[in-house]
Amino acid sequence: MSKTFSLGGIHPHDNKISATASIENFPLVDTAYISMSQHLGAPAEPVVAKGDTVKVGQLIAKSSGFISANIHSSVSGVVSSVELLPDLSGTMVQHIVIKVEGDVWMDNIDRSEEIVSEIKLSGPEIIAKIAECGVVGLGGAAFPTNIKLSPPAGKTAEYLIINGAECEPYLTSDYRIMVESPEQILIGTKIMMKALNVKSAYFGVEDNKPKAIKLLKKIAGKSYQDIKIVSLTKRYPQGGEKQMIEAITGRQVPSMGLPIDVGVVVQNVGTALAVYEAVQKNKPLFDGIVTITGKCMKEQRNFRLRVGTTFDIMMYAIGGLPKDAVKLISGGPMMGKAVCRMDAASVKSTSALLLLTEEETKRGVESNCIRCAKCVDACPMGLEPYLLNRLSRAGRIEDLEEHMVHDCIECGCCIYTCPSNIPLLDTIRLSKAQVIKIIRSRPKK
Amino acid sequence: MNTIIFTIVSLSVLGLVLSLILYLVSQKFKVVEDPRIDGVQELLPAANCGGCGYAGCRAFAEACVKAEDLDKMYCPVGGNSVMQNVAGYLGVKVADKAPQIAVVRCNGTCDNRPKTSNYDGYSSCAVMANLFAGDTDCRYGCLGQGDCELSCKFDAIKMDPKTGLPEVDEEKCTACGACVKACPKMIIELRNKGLKNRRIFVSCINKDKGGVAKKACVVACIGCTKCQKVCPYDAITMSNNLAYIDYNKCKLCRKCVIECPTRAIWEVNFPVRLPRAEKAQIIDQK
Repeated sequence: MSKTFSLGGIHPHDNKISATASIENFPLVDTAYISMSQHLGAPAEPVVAKGDTVKVGQLIAKSSGFISANIHSSVSGVVSSVELLPDLSGTMVQHIVIKVEGDVWMDNIDRSEEIVSEIKLSGPEIIAKIAECGVVGLGGAAFPTNIKLSPPAGKTAEYLIINGAECEPYLTSDYRIMVESPEQILIGTKIMMKALNVKSAYFGVEDNKPKAIKLLKKIAGKSYQDIKIVSLTKRYPQGGEKQMIEAITGRQVPSMGLPIDVGVVVQNVGTALAVYEAVQKNKPLFDGIVTITGKCMKEQRNFRLRVGTTFDIMMYAIGGLPKDAVKLISGGPMMGKAVCRMDAASVKSTSALLLLTEEETKRGVESNCIRCAKCVDACPMGLEPYLLNRLSRAGRIEDLEEHMVHDCIECGCCIYTCPSNIPLLDTIRLSKAQVIKIIRSRPKK
Repeated sequence: MNTIIFTIVSLSVLGLVLSLILYLVSQKFKVVEDPRIDGVQELLPAANCGGCGYAGCRAFAEACVKAEDLDKMYCPVGGNSVMQNVAGYLGVKVADKAPQIAVVRCNGTCDNRPKTSNYDGYSSCAVMANLFAGDTDCRYGCLGQGDCELSCKFDAIKMDPKTGLPEVDEEKCTACGACVKACPKMIIELRNKGLKNRRIFVSCINKDKGGVAKKACVVACIGCTKCQKVCPYDAITMSNNLAYIDYNKCKLCRKCVIECPTRAIWEVNFPVRLPRAEKAQIIDQK
């Protein structure tokens, strides 16, 4: 019987309409806008200036702190400016703008198709290599991978979990990676296991991807027996780190804790591929698999997209914005962020671009809470969204903290199930930010 | 008969004993409260708005009685008259303070600042500001969801449906500062009401470079420093491409208003300015 997490969760229609579209290379752009804040933590510091010539894969910005990551050029050409430009939510972020000339790659990048399975580097060397190549978690939060792979003193990892749940509806980028390069991901997993010094790894895949499970089981059974492929019951939000850990190991991550507190490190499928490419092929992270999908689109596409491509160029590549599309979401429909500027550029963790029509995005008229407790049943963190919403509107910060609003993972299950169309997540997300700010500002014991 | 007498006696004794206990306890735990607190509280407007910085009128009255120097205390709702009454009651002196008013420093109406995206989420500025920079190209401007209107206890600030911006009612505004705290973009500022209620202020808080600001909104402050140069009283300071007029230094000469190329500087409650030709005619007639 397949496993799953214990509390809450919902079953939205998965709408994986782009699952059959194989990955194509996105055409070269004219100008690339590479953001300096593509990861969690301090923005990277540019090491190139206006007029410099750069190659594909060349380091253009250095990590500027403990939690930060290197950034490499995704194109070859001349740097035309280093300036503040808006990202997809309108926040000003430093960007390096590169005018593209040809497609010249750095000589040390292995561009052959050949699969290298022998891991030559030692554990610390692997972590250094990953940091050098600027690999970040591609599951959404973009946390630098090298930090995740070096547990803090006193804590040891017992298992590595590779997250291939892709529980968000519509998204198929992880699925395409699993189907098209299963061996590479498994080698990437082996590399991370060596870096973490763990004996076994789990690979969680939801059971709505039988082809991927079959393929991975076949290859893992042949040559990677210490990686167990786990089939999980389809349920949202299975891909949440804490839910994934509970589903596979039965352990619960404590409130405000990290997976390493229960001896687990979770990495995304996309990250595994990026680690493989960084360590075995010496290719820094400057591109990713991006699904461009939506029911209003004639053709569903999966692209290998280089970082720094603007959203309007993506629309141009799919043959223009469909007439009835009113909302563009970067990411999935549940947790993705609406794009408010078409001139913003993609980042390392961009995994999908979803086009929705007016009917699909329309919000219902809000009415009174009928105390049906559907939101309480749906919350995978065991919170009471209806109560948090009321407290948030009344501005009762202390009570909100008592009711653990900071444990919310912003999965959106509550707002999805609410029959009264109450904007639960909107108010909870706001107070979560306020409460976390207060908790962080307190002096540490 | 005996039963009745016994009942009356036992209840009386019980009552006496209990009242004695109550008396002793109330003596032991007596709270000595300055009777003047009640007196001061009666003089206050009882709005309990918190504009003074205390939890309510009672807390403010307590603080007033304790305070040695009343100059640091101010009830924005009652204004100088109430503060003079309080000072008179307590037998101290207090200097008059310039009355203040809330000022909305954004003029990004739908015409001046076109929308570039459409927000359809929960109607709250705080929620909206938490999600993204705003539905126009100006990331500093008013979000127009009316958190200030909700925060106002005096019904003094209202969203104007035509412009999408809040309008302050000068009669009702008490300068309690609730809207200043409610606005996530920090657009609203408390400024001195000024002579004859006349005020001059920069109605923009866009800190972007001139070109970017102007592109987002036609009445944005572009940081050209023209006003700073023309001001004879050094009242205008520039920081981060934005002009700020110090209301304590401004002498309301209106030179900056004429000089501003984007009309970002506003004059309020001044008589209507006549075109130069007409003005000359009037002078000639005199």
